[in-house]
Amino acid sequence: MGETRRRDLLLAAALLLAALLLWGGLRLASRGGDALDAVVTVDGAVTARLPLSQDARLEIVSEGGVNLLVIENGAARVAEADCRNQVCVHSRPIAQEGELIVCLPHKVVVTVERHEGE
Amino acid sequence: MKGSRARRVATVGVLVALALIFSYVEVLIPFNFGIPGVKLGLANLVIVAALYELRAREAFLVDVTRIGVSSLLFGSVVSLWYSLAGGLLSFAVMALARRGGRFGTMGVSVLGGVSHNIGQLAVAVVLLGTGRLVWYLPTLLVSGVLTGALIGLVAERARPLLARRRG
Repeated sequence: MGETRRRDLLLAAALLLAALLLWGGLRLASRGGDALDAVVTVDGAVTARLPLSQDARLEIVSEGGVNLLVIENGAARVAEADCRNQVCVHSRPIAQEGELIVCLPHKVVVTVERHEGE
Repeated sequence: MKGSRARRVATVGVLVALALIFSYVEVLIPFNFGIPGVKLGLANLVIVAALYELRAREAFLVDVTRIGVSSLLFGSVVSLWYSLAGGLLSFAVMALARRGGRFGTMGVSVLGGVSHNIGQLAVAVVLLGTGRLVWYLPTLLVSGVLTGALIGLVAERARPLLARRRG
């Protein structure tokens, strides 16, 4: 293996390690209890915080349109949206801290975070 | 060293056309591995090749032209911002890495893939106004490394073929 190839592989390994460390760091830095919430952000402002432990349906109304958030069996997903690309609808349900669903055209972000307060 | 001016202009045109075909292929068959926001970035194969076959200025021209035209054809005004942020940042990083000479084609392409994703995420953070998106960064770093490595390996294989065509 050439010197250059070795450096390339080292670079790739270092970047993968950085991703792992970042992920670990984010988890360590996040605060709150053990229970998880689905946090809805519309255009930068948090508009709702729903416990994942409770089944629920929420219409997220934004300037762009409407996304239907469904919480079922401890996981959140976007069941319907009137956006162009439907990326959020096709995103997998989220249930672990740090997972997220994004609707770029509506500026809607749904994240899973640890429950605040109590 | 890299042929006459006419030849280089023609090469720029051919590479732009090739990049657009690759973009179109990814529109038809999205290689996103089931993860939203992730893509293979086939068109970047052309940019990596251009960085090695042309002067930096001309490779830049290929990059900007293909971003503009593919946004017109397949995208929107908003997607143009994402493409520009990802494309220009990754071009700058790759051009510097190429000039530095420490890394091979694969390393240059890996740096390009990662910086492309960082640029796009930065635009998303600004447009959506939430730093919560930083949770997506680890995923995007990993996907940038993997797709960049793949593209880099293919570009490395393609280089002797391109050189033969030129000679």
